[in-house]
Amino acid sequence: MKRIPWTLVVFAVAFFVPWLGSRFYTFIATDVAILALFALSLNLLLGYTGLVSFGHAAYFGIGAYTSAIMMKTLGLPFWLAWPAAGLAGGLFALVFGFFCVRLTKIYFAMLTLAFAQIVWAVCFKWNDVTGGEQGMPNVPYPSLGWMAAIPGLDGFRVGDRFYLLTLTLVAIAVAALRRIVASPFGRILTLIRENPERAEFIGIDVRRYQLAAFSIAGIFAGLAGSLFGIFNRGVFPDFAYWTKSAEVLIMTILGGMGHFWGPAVGAAALTILNLQITAYTEYWPLILGSILILLLFAFPGGLVGTTVDLARRLRGGTRGNGGRDARRP
Amino acid sequence: MLDVRDLKKSFAGFLAVADVTFSLLPRSVTAIIGPNGAGKSTLFNLITGHIPPSGGQVFHKGTDITAAAPHRICRRGIGRSFQHTNIFPGLTVFECIQAAFIAHHGRGRNIWGRAERLYRAETDALLGRLGLADKADAVAGALSHGNQKQIELGIALASDPDILLLDEPTAGMSAVETRETIGLLRSITEERGLTLLFTEHDMEVVFGIAERIGVLHQGRLIALGTPDQIRADPEVRRIYLGGH
Amino acid sequence: MPEPSFIFGQFVGGLTASMFLFVTAVGLSLIFGVLRVLNFAHGSLYMLGAYLAWQIMNWLGPGPEHFWLAALGSAVVVAGIGAAIERLLFRHLYGREELYQLLFTYALVLVLADVCKIVWGTQQLSVSRPLSLSGGTTIFGTLVPHYNLFIIVLGPALALALWLLLHRSPAGRIIRAAVLDREMLGALGANVGWIYTGMFALGAFLAGLGGALVTPVKTIVPGMDVEVIVEVFIIVVIGGLGSMWGTFLGAVVFGQVLAFGILLMPRFSIFSVFALMAIILIVRPWGLLGRRLTR
Repeated sequence: MKRIPWTLVVFAVAFFVPWLGSRFYTFIATDVAILALFALSLNLLLGYTGLVSFGHAAYFGIGAYTSAIMMKTLGLPFWLAWPAAGLAGGLFALVFGFFCVRLTKIYFAMLTLAFAQIVWAVCFKWNDVTGGEQGMPNVPYPSLGWMAAIPGLDGFRVGDRFYLLTLTLVAIAVAALRRIVASPFGRILTLIRENPERAEFIGIDVRRYQLAAFSIAGIFAGLAGSLFGIFNRGVFPDFAYWTKSAEVLIMTILGGMGHFWGPAVGAAALTILNLQITAYTEYWPLILGSILILLLFAFPGGLVGTTVDLARRLRGGTRGNGGRDARRP
Repeated sequence: MLDVRDLKKSFAGFLAVADVTFSLLPRSVTAIIGPNGAGKSTLFNLITGHIPPSGGQVFHKGTDITAAAPHRICRRGIGRSFQHTNIFPGLTVFECIQAAFIAHHGRGRNIWGRAERLYRAETDALLGRLGLADKADAVAGALSHGNQKQIELGIALASDPDILLLDEPTAGMSAVETRETIGLLRSITEERGLTLLFTEHDMEVVFGIAERIGVLHQGRLIALGTPDQIRADPEVRRIYLGGH
Repeated sequence: MPEPSFIFGQFVGGLTASMFLFVTAVGLSLIFGVLRVLNFAHGSLYMLGAYLAWQIMNWLGPGPEHFWLAALGSAVVVAGIGAAIERLLFRHLYGREELYQLLFTYALVLVLADVCKIVWGTQQLSVSRPLSLSGGTTIFGTLVPHYNLFIIVLGPALALALWLLLHRSPAGRIIRAAVLDREMLGALGANVGWIYTGMFALGAFLAGLGGALVTPVKTIVPGMDVEVIVEVFIIVVIGGLGSMWGTFLGAVVFGQVLAFGILLMPRFSIFSVFALMAIILIVRPWGLLGRRLTR
C-alpha cells in the first residue's frame, strides 16, 4: 500500500487559503502555522528527549525581540532578521541549557522557568531596548513587493503575502525538524527519553545530547517567535512569560507528544477553538482548563495519539497503550 | 585486562564495598557470588562509573578509569547489563539494538542522515545470534522478562566490548531459559574472545561456566579461586555454602 | 549613604512582604515535601482565600473584628476545596508522569481564575483592617502600621506552630516519614491516602490564609494568582523545596533582596530575585536548607 504524503497534502491545501479571499481565514492560518512550529520545537524536548521545559517561551520571546529590534530599530531586512532570531534563540538556549541539563526532572523544569522569567523581566524593564512594559508595537512587515511579480499573487493584501511567506518558511523549518528527528541524532534522543541510565552505558554523553536538543529547540522557537512578532504587529514581554510556556505545553499535550505531528494538530485545535469560543464567551481560560483536565484524565495520548490508537484497534491490531508506542520515530 | 585495587565505598558510614582487589585476565570467565547485600551490584556500579568510589582504583588495560563518566568507560570497551532489566521499553527490539550500534559507532552527531538505514545487517545478525529475529518488530517493553534480558545482552554486545559485566544475567528466568542463556553466553564469549565478569545466584550456572569465582561477603572479597578451590575453602563453606 | 531610618524602613517593608508570602509559601512547600508535586494552583487558592475573605466580610456586615472571622473562615473553606480537589481529581494522577500532574495544577489555575471572575467580577475589591490593629507605631523614625507588625510576628509564630506539629505530634511523625520515604509509609501501616489529603488541605488552608491576610494591605484583583505563584516559587526554591525553615529563610531573603534591590537597581529588582532563584538552582538545587533528594 502506497502511503499518502499527508504532510505535503496539508501544506499544499494550506497554501491556497488566501485564495478563499477571507482575511479571517488567512489570519487563523498564519497564527496556526507559527504556533505549530513553536509547539513542534518544544516537542523535540518533550516528546523526543523526555525533557519537561517550563520555560520554552523564553526562546520564542528572544527570537521575537531579536527580529523586532533588527527590523524596527536598526532597519535591517527580514531575511537577515529571521535567521538571526533563530540564532539568538539557539545561543540563549545553549547558555541556559548548559545549566539546566545538569538538573533532573522538577529541578530542570524549575530552572527553565527561572531563566524564562529572567528573560521576561529583562524585556519588561529594559525600556531603552525592548520598550519595557509597552513592548515594541508596529514591527514592520518584511518587504513583500517582489511577490507582486508572481502571476496570481499581484492582487493580494500584505497579510496574505506574509502568510504565504510564513507558510513557506514554516514548511522548511518543519521539514528540517522532521529530518532531525529521524536522524541518528534523533534516535539517540529517543534512547535518552526511554532510559537515560542505559543510554549512558552504551557510550552516550547524555548531557551533551540533551544540551544539543535544547539548543536546537531554542533555534526553532526563535524562528517561530520572529514570525509571530511580525504577524502580531508587535512584540511584548508576555511572549516570554511563564503562562506562555504553559500554553505551548498544553498545545503539545493536546495534540499528543507521542507523534511528530501531534503538537501541530494541538496548536491548530487550540487556536481555532480559541477564536471560535471567544466569539461567544470571555471565559476562554475556563474552557481551556476544562479541556485540559478532560484530556489529562481521559486522553493522555492527545488527539493524535488517541486517534492513532483507535485506528489501530479498529484494524484489529495490537492492543493500544494510550498512543505511547506511536511515540517512536 | 581489568585491575581493581583496594576499591571501597561507604554509604553514610556503612561500608558497602571494602578494599576489594582483583584482576581479570584476558578471555577469562569470572563469577562474583555472595548473599544479597554483599555489595555485588555496588561493585559493578563502582567499576562502571555509576557511583564514585570512596577509595581505591580501577584500571582498564593499564589506564586509570576510576570514577570516569559511565559513557567514557563504556567507550573504552566495557559493556554491562543491569540487575533490574534496563532496556529502552518504548522502542522495538530492532530499534534497541540498532540504536546501540549507532551510539557505539559515534554516529549520533549526524543530525541529517536517516537512522533507520544504518547498521541493518549488523542488527539482523546480532538478533539472529540472540534468537530474537522473530521478535524484531515487537515493542521491547511488552516482551517477557527473559526476552528483555536477552535484549539487554544484545544492547551490551552491540557496543563490541572486550569486557562484559553482567549483573545476574539469568535472574527471573525459567530453567529452560537459563540453560539457553548460559549456552549462548558461553558460545558468544568464546567467539568474540570476551572477558566475562558476572554475578549470579544460581550456583549451577556459576560452577558450570566460571573459571574463577570470587566470594563477596559484607563488602569484602573473602576468597578468589577456581571452582574447586572455592568449594574446598573452609571459610566460604562456613558462611556461604554452609546451607547447601 | 541613605539615612539609617530609611534603611530600617526598607528592612521592615521587606520583612512584612516576606512574612505575608511565607504564610502562602510554606503551604506550597509542605505539599511538595509530601506529594512531590509543584502545585501551580497554589496561587489560585491564595486568590480564592482573598475573595472569600471579602465575601464573608460582606455577609457579616460592618463589625470591628469581623475580619478575623472572615480570614479564618475563608482559610477553612479553601482547605475544604483543596481536600476535595485532591480526593476527587488529583489522586488519580499520582501514578502518572510528573508532567501530567504539573499540567493538571495549571488547568486548575485557568479554571479557578475564571470562576473568581464569574463570581466576583473584574473590579478591584478591598477589605479594611481590623479596628484593633488600625494604628501604627513609630520605630527608629519609621511609622510601622500595627497590622504589619502583627504579620511580622505571625510569620515566626506560624513557623513555630508548624514545627511543633511536624516534630511533636504523632501526625507529624507520619508526615515526616512521608517526606523521607513514601514507600516506607505503607509499611508503617499508615493510611497514605488520608495523609495526602490532609497535607493538601493543610497546604490549601495556608494558601487561603495567606490570601485572606493580605487583603487589608492589597487590593483583590484578577491576576493576583499568577503573580503570587511566581513569588512563592522563588521563595520555596531559594529555601529548599519541601523544607519548612528553608521556606522561612527563603521568604526573608526574598523580601530583603526585593526591598534593597529597588534601592540599588530600581529597574532590575524583579530581575535580581529571578537571578537569585536561577543561581540557587545551579549551585544548590536542593536550596539553602533543603535536603538533597535522590529521586
